[in-house]
Amino acid sequence: MSQISAGAPKEKLASRTAAMIVMGISTLYFLVPIWWLFIGSTKSREQFSSTAGLWFADFNLFTNIADLFAYNDGVYLRWMLNSIVYASFGALLGTLFAAMCGYALAKYRFPGRELIFNTVLGGVLVPATALALPLFLIFSQFNATNTFWSVFLPSIVSPFGVYLARIFAAASVPDELLEAARLDGAGEVRTFFSVSRRLMTPALVTIFLFQFVAIWNNFFLPLIMLRDQTLFPVTLGLYTWNSQVNQIPEIRTFVIIGAFLSIIPLIIAFLSLQRFWRGGLGAGSVK
Amino acid sequence: MHIKNSKRIVALGVLAALSLTGCAAGGSSGGSGGDAAACAPSDGKVDLTFTSWIPGIDKVVDIWNKENPDIQVTVQTGPNGNGGTYKNFFNQLSAGNAPDLGQIEYDALPNFRVQDGLTNIASCKNVTESKDDFIDWTWNQVTFGEDDAVYAIPQDTGPMAMYYRKDLFEKAGIPVPTTWDEYAAAAKTIRSQGGYITNFPQNDVNWFAGLVWQADGRWFSNDGDKWDVTLTSPESEKVADYWQGLISNDLVSKVPAWTDEWNNAYNTGSDWTWISAVWGANSISSGAPDTSGNWAVAPMPQWKAGDTKAGNWGGSSTAVLKGSKHPYEAAQFALWLNTSDEALTALNKEANLYPATKAGLKLPVLSEGVDFYGGQKIYDTFATAANETNPDFVWGPTMTQTYGDVADGFGEVLGGTGTLTDALKTGQQKTIDALDAAAIPVNK
Repeated sequence: MSQISAGAPKEKLASRTAAMIVMGISTLYFLVPIWWLFIGSTKSREQFSSTAGLWFADFNLFTNIADLFAYNDGVYLRWMLNSIVYASFGALLGTLFAAMCGYALAKYRFPGRELIFNTVLGGVLVPATALALPLFLIFSQFNATNTFWSVFLPSIVSPFGVYLARIFAAASVPDELLEAARLDGAGEVRTFFSVSRRLMTPALVTIFLFQFVAIWNNFFLPLIMLRDQTLFPVTLGLYTWNSQVNQIPEIRTFVIIGAFLSIIPLIIAFLSLQRFWRGGLGAGSVK
Repeated sequence: MHIKNSKRIVALGVLAALSLTGCAAGGSSGGSGGDAAACAPSDGKVDLTFTSWIPGIDKVVDIWNKENPDIQVTVQTGPNGNGGTYKNFFNQLSAGNAPDLGQIEYDALPNFRVQDGLTNIASCKNVTESKDDFIDWTWNQVTFGEDDAVYAIPQDTGPMAMYYRKDLFEKAGIPVPTTWDEYAAAAKTIRSQGGYITNFPQNDVNWFAGLVWQADGRWFSNDGDKWDVTLTSPESEKVADYWQGLISNDLVSKVPAWTDEWNNAYNTGSDWTWISAVWGANSISSGAPDTSGNWAVAPMPQWKAGDTKAGNWGGSSTAVLKGSKHPYEAAQFALWLNTSDEALTALNKEANLYPATKAGLKLPVLSEGVDFYGGQKIYDTFATAANETNPDFVWGPTMTQTYGDVADGFGEVLGGTGTLTDALKTGQQKTIDALDAAAIPVNK
């Protein structure tokens, strides 16, 4: 008896330690590249290749940032701004459409509902990369390639968001509440915006974040669509620079520091929205 | 089988038809007459688009725009050619919205030619007349040896020479090698002192092609009907055997090029030389900053003592793409960009481009001593090399594939199996297969 009670905490401790080790290793695994990027950003070009990659040499972070912002008339800042505009407005509209669509699919009964839903679900399986070339040819028909819209419009579609919104609306928006709202005289649109949207908030934050990250990281579509560098998102801009590093080594510093700065908005978005996000995932899984 | 044959006939037909028509094709403003009439100036103000990945080229184009209010050029950009811009060009060509002008490297030009992506600007004003302004070999790259044909204006070149650690050679008492035999002998001495004479890169197959080029070898030729693939020509195999010897005897390092490890090998003095192009000057000075002042440049080692032959690695042209409505203006701009002193000086300043014109080699910026190389006027050596480059080297129409397949073979050699000659043999066969699959006529 006493043996068992003595063994239990030990076992608990052992499994806990194991879990901590696994988590520690995976944290390290994910953080080391970012650490490397940060260290690289603080080094001058001379020291970048001649000093150890994971520890500081002379601290040049701010000089590097200033140089980056000044290079090529500050085109980097323009790219960051573009990315922020593409990602935040694209994610906002994408979330709105996904929410409305998912909500309609969950709460209204109409012929063809399952067909529509299954079609949208099929869209989840088609990688965005595969659609880039057809989109380019379609936009070419309208002379709309190399415009803001050629990247923005395809970004506001999110089949996965529709799927998530439908599941979440079905689980968290009670039909009784909608009945009550209708009895009180609210129209369908008003019911959606003032009642259902609030109940769906955790899911919407999740969709927003997913979509934000997807647009921020989207590379192939801008690569094919855009030629005017003032329209580039930061991913394409950095790739463009990186392809020049062999011939023009000066750019290497800008690629490193640029890549480091480009992840900061993502980190901000996650940190500020993660509270809602955790709630969303949890709520969805319980119900 | 039927389909394949008819495809081939179509491809042949396209080739034949192309050599007959000039700028006329592709809806140019000049109508559908003969070549001479086809390239006429447009009325009124003309707007051109020009896609290039050279950083800072927009500043050079600004100079043109200021001087030519009636021909305004908008610079568009993207990643380097193989990084995506060539794919984009082909997509845009098939969608009919390609830019008027595009940057295309010499080794990619045949691909665009075979796929009918270029406009013949031979009949445009001053184009054929400018032939003698350019380094001989570059002109053959843009005409493909066809009569009455010019498909692009040469922009820059990458003449090759030998960068070497002057201080280390002097200290070790090794004379600077002037032949490949002396180079191999020096490699042994250097190895016995713990260093490597140079590095053999797996992926820089175009570097290897530059060495074959110096040995008067050719990888491709085209008699107007069919392509000949000769990766396994005697000259090519001679170069392969030579480097195979160095690799087998552990006389060269095998670090992947362009990595930190590679930079470090130069920075710490474990690698002593680099046979490379003119633009490599910057790669060393930025990758190996601690060795400043210790480097020098000498001509490439020769196969026969007393010869003066050089290879070339890299370089590109400005092409007028198919479908441009203003080939005349586009050609004038391309000529200005690549021949005028102000543009060439600006291109060199902004992006290190080394001019493809004979006059450009004498630009003031290119006749100064360079501190990193102990004050040596290194560009004199490269200017000589540019003029010593064999004018007959021809690139094939599927170089990305050829590079990839040969690099795979090189990788195996560096891993310890097979030989460089095997790699070339495999590359040869796969290139023939690829041409065949693309319905491009090829001698098997």
